[in-house]
Order: sequence, then structure tokens, then C-alpha cells
Amino acid sequence: MSPLASEVREVIVGLNDSRRERRMAWADRWNRQPKAFRISLVVLLIAALYVVPLTKPPLINTPHVDFVSLLGTSVVPFVLMALGLNVVVGLAGLLDLGYVGFYAVGAYVIGVLTTQHANLPWLVALPFAVLIAMAFGVVLGAPTLRLRGDYLAIVTLGFGEIIRISAQNFEWLGASEGISGIKRPASFGPVKFSALENRWYWVFGLTLILLVVFLLRRVEHSRVGRAWTAIREDEDAAELMGVPTFKFKLWAFAIGASVGGLAGAFYAGKNITIYPADFQIANSILFLAAVVLGGPGNMWGVIVGGFAIAYLPERFRFLQDKRYLVFGIALVIMMIFRPQGLLPRRQRAAELTRAALLPDASDPLAEEAADATVAERRDDA
Amino acid sequence: MQPWPSGVTMPEPLLELDRVGMRFGGVTALDDVTFSVQSGEILGLIGPNGAGKTTCFNVVTGVYTPTEGRVRFRGQNLAGRKRYEITRLGIARTFQNIRLFPEMTALENVMVGVDAHHRTSVLSAMLRLPLHAREESEGRERAEELLGLVGIADRAGDLARNLPYGYQRRLEIARALGTSPRLLCLDEPAAGFNPVEKQQLMALIRRVRQEGYTVLLIEHDMSLVMGVTDRIVVLDFGKKIAEGSPAQVRDDPRVIQAYLGVIDDEDEPSVGDERPAGRMVGGQSRDELP
Repeated sequence: MSPLASEVREVIVGLNDSRRERRMAWADRWNRQPKAFRISLVVLLIAALYVVPLTKPPLINTPHVDFVSLLGTSVVPFVLMALGLNVVVGLAGLLDLGYVGFYAVGAYVIGVLTTQHANLPWLVALPFAVLIAMAFGVVLGAPTLRLRGDYLAIVTLGFGEIIRISAQNFEWLGASEGISGIKRPASFGPVKFSALENRWYWVFGLTLILLVVFLLRRVEHSRVGRAWTAIREDEDAAELMGVPTFKFKLWAFAIGASVGGLAGAFYAGKNITIYPADFQIANSILFLAAVVLGGPGNMWGVIVGGFAIAYLPERFRFLQDKRYLVFGIALVIMMIFRPQGLLPRRQRAAELTRAALLPDASDPLAEEAADATVAERRDDA
Repeated sequence: MQPWPSGVTMPEPLLELDRVGMRFGGVTALDDVTFSVQSGEILGLIGPNGAGKTTCFNVVTGVYTPTEGRVRFRGQNLAGRKRYEITRLGIARTFQNIRLFPEMTALENVMVGVDAHHRTSVLSAMLRLPLHAREESEGRERAEELLGLVGIADRAGDLARNLPYGYQRRLEIARALGTSPRLLCLDEPAAGFNPVEKQQLMALIRRVRQEGYTVLLIEHDMSLVMGVTDRIVVLDFGKKIAEGSPAQVRDDPRVIQAYLGVIDDEDEPSVGDERPAGRMVGGQSRDELP
């Protein structure tokens, strides 16, 4: 490595360090607040998330479509899809281009079970949608997860198309007419789900999102999440360090698929009509864009990404046909200047209590090592 | 079954390679290699570049299934076992070219290793069952302990990719130790080290042995190999050409001819090396995982 390059590298490492310092300072400050204060702030924030969008805030409001309706038709499904796909792509590093297939499975299960085929209430059909989508994830994953990288991407791409084309050709699934007359979630008391009453879709959808976040976070911060990250970083090394990679990749697929099924179920319950054309490959790409835009591997990032992908094209509808062009350009610019996404996966160092890890200076070996390894020699080997 | 060659009649070997052969198409990477590793010893595996040392590691750790012969670990045949199962049985390794998980912290890297014996899966993590909590805190404690053992606890919270080179090498050892191995396989752990660091590494390897681990060491640096190993096996052209104590091996004319004469070639395999170019290329590529 040239001296200049190593200097640049040092500066960069230094910058990262100072950034981390700042983040830790914030984390420290946050942790020093009284617990009651912290809890009430979080509760307040969540309450605001529930209420504020329903007031159609001026700058955010979409002029050409009903904003509250958009939340249900588009934002909630996209955010859920981004969360589910993030497990597969962002955490486990498996490029899935057919993720829309699970969305379709979830939607069609609701479609079939709540119309004349079975006539179940939406809520009763929901677990079936999630579980059947999960089963599809396992069925797709078991034979294909031996493939890697591009090959996996191509196979999953095919899967997405198989689902859509099957739906288009099975009379029983309504063929290209799709399924209409899908039941909405049942209304009770003041909680109403109807064509004119979209508020509760947001409340319900946000609740689902928070629930998914809650559960996924727990999995992410466990042996499972570590295994996923290890697989993403170096699958061979992970296997040799005792990670049953196939099992955990399959879990990533299954969890991703079930969240996708949930998103599809929600979409079907909001839209009450579904067509095979709703589940085109282009949607898979948009879901992937949501993950990449938001910051793969960071749940908060992909939520923002999912929101942006669902919302921006509607917000800029006044650009008419050019809005997707603008959207595309924005994505390209984004990838050039911030390839890690809007909210990149952050170093989880802040979780570690630094105090607990520092006092090993008494170890003579550590001191020697610290003295001897000040200079970096990455350029050998 | 083949009769035991006379050299391997010692009691209770931890790892036995029994007439192991490994062929890749027309290339013979290992040919009739037989040796064993005794519990508690530090065995050096040396040989010129392309001699088959890393292939040997890959056979032992299940990356390759040998085309001939058997590998037994604690009496069990390793054929057909998955790589992570072999790790759970008690063989752990480091890599010649560092292969940490760069976007994970040092501590997390080691915790992945410790997780090898954990049973927490999606449901217990999702429901935060006691199993998860116990394994998580035990794992973290163990990982911190190991980072202390290899002497890099001061950077436990740093991403592996931000660690200095020497720390990364040590972290690889800590991660491997995390899997609680009986046998620790080190693939050129001193590559790229200066003499001071090599001394520290020798101290570390001895310390690791004191903790009760058996060590199989591939190393180019002769002073390190001679200084730290109990026994040495020498490979050349995929064949075992010598075995014995460091002193015996050092004075063995075959070894001197095959290896010590070209001791300085470690970074440039072609210099001073008379074997055909084609074989060298094969030897180099075999050093990597598939």
C-alpha cells in the first residue's frame, strides 16, 4: 500500500472513530435519562406515528390521491415487504429477486379463503396466508439455497414469475380477472374497515409493522441474527465455524416469506380485488430498491426505504409520466453518493459497554501486542 | 483396512490421517499421506509452496472429502460429515488468507464460534426463552475471555475489518477457539508478521496448548516451527517425506533438499523453485477454499 493510500485510510478510520465517538456520546446521554422519561418519549413517538399521518400533514400530503388511503394500499405493504426482504437480503445476504411471489401467495390465500371458495373472515384467513407463504418459502428454499449469488437470484426470479403466471392461468384463482369481493378485516365498534374509512387500516397496519419489528429485532439480536450476518459475510468461513448455514438460510427464507405473506394479506384486505398483474417482477425490483435505498441490514433504514418507494411516486404525481424517470434518477444519484443506504447498518459497538471490555491492559500479552501492531500491514500475505 | 504403518502406533491419537489421497482431476495434491496428531501436542506441518499443506487442512476440516484413505478424529471417520458437524466434533481452524466476518465486531466474530455448540434457534430467540438468555450471556462471557487470552480485548467492540492486521490474525485464533475445539488448526498464523510479533505468536501458541488444546500448525517460518512444535511432518509434492522431532527433521537430508534450500521463497513461489509451473499454479489455487 502506498504511503498516501495508508494515510487516506488512516483519515477514514479516524473519521469512523470520531463518528462512533459521537454516536456513543448520544447513546450515553440517552441512557443516562431517567427511565420514565425514555419510556414516555418512545410512547409519545409511537402515538405520533399513529395519529399524525391521519391529519394529512400539509407538506407530506399527496395532492392527487387520498394520503390516508395510500398509507393502507401502498405504504404498509411496502414497509412490511421491505422488512421481510431485509431479513433475506440485508441480513443473510441472499439475493432474492422473486420476493413478490410471497406477496402474491399471501394475497391469493386471503382471496381464496374469504370469497366463495371458503368464505372465511379475513382475520381467520390471515394465519393461513402467513403460514402458507412460509411453506412456499421453505419449498422454494430447500432445493435452491445450495445455489449462491447470481444463480440464486435467477432461480428466485423464476419463482416470482411462476407464481404470477400460475395465478393468471388457474381458473380457480380467477385467471387474469383476478379475485374480487375479498373480505375486509371485520369492523367492530368504532373500528371500521371500509372503502371510505381508511384510518383504521393505518392504525392496524402500523400495529402489524411494529409487531413485526419487535419480533424480528429479537431474532436479529440472537444467535440466529449472528449466523445470518456470518453467512452474509463469508459463508464458507461461517460453516467452518460451526454455523449450520443451510438451516439458517432456510429460516431466513421462511421468515422473509411469512412477512411477505402478511404484507400480501394486508394488501388483499385493503384492495379487496387482486389481479395477477399486481404481482409483476417490477414489484420485486421495487421491494429490493426499498431495502437498498433504506440501508440493507438496518430495520429502521428499510422502513424508511419502504415508505419512500411507496410514497414518493405518489407525492410527485404532478410530474406525470416523468415521475418514474425522476425516481430512477434519484435512485442512481443515491447509489453514487450514498451506496450504503439512507440509514446504513450501524456498528453495533454502542451496545457493548465499553467499561466492561477495556480493563484487560493488565494482560502482558495484550500490551505487547498493542505496542507491536500500531502500524498496519494489510498489503502483505 | 490398511495395516498401520510403523510410525503411528502411539496410543490414542486425536487425529489420524490414514493413507489419505486427494486428487483434483489429473492433479494429485495429496498422495498416501499418513500421520497422526496426539492429544496435547503441537504438531508442525511444513513443506514448500504447493506441497499440499492447506489441502491437508481442507481434508481434515471437511472442506474436501479425500479421494482415498480415511481421516479419523477421536476414533470417528470424518467421511461424509458436514463441515459444521466436524467443527462441533472438535476441529477448528484459521485461514491462511484472513477470513473473518468483516462487518461484525471482534466480540461477535468470536460469539459466532461459541454459538457452534448452542441450540438457540428462531423460536427461542423470538420468545426470549431462558435458553436464549443463558446461551447469550455465557457466549458473551466466553468470547470476552478468549479475546483476553489472545490479547485483543481492548478492541472487542470494533468491527473486524477496522482491526490492525496482527489483531485480525489473533482474532481468527480466538474465533476458532470459540468453537471449543480439541484440535486447533492454524494455517500460517504468522504470515506477514515481523520477528517481534512472531515471538508473541509463539508465546500465544504455547499458552493455547497450556489451556489444553492440541495444535496442528502450518507454518513457513522455520524459526517459529522449530521453536514451538513438538513434532513435525514434512510434505513435498503431496507426499510425506519426513516426520520427527524438530531436530530430526532439521537434519534430514530429504527435508533439506526439498525445503530448507528454498526457505526464502515464501512470498514468491516461483523464485528458486524448480518444479514445473503448471503444478505451482495448481498448488496455489488449492490453497483457497472452493
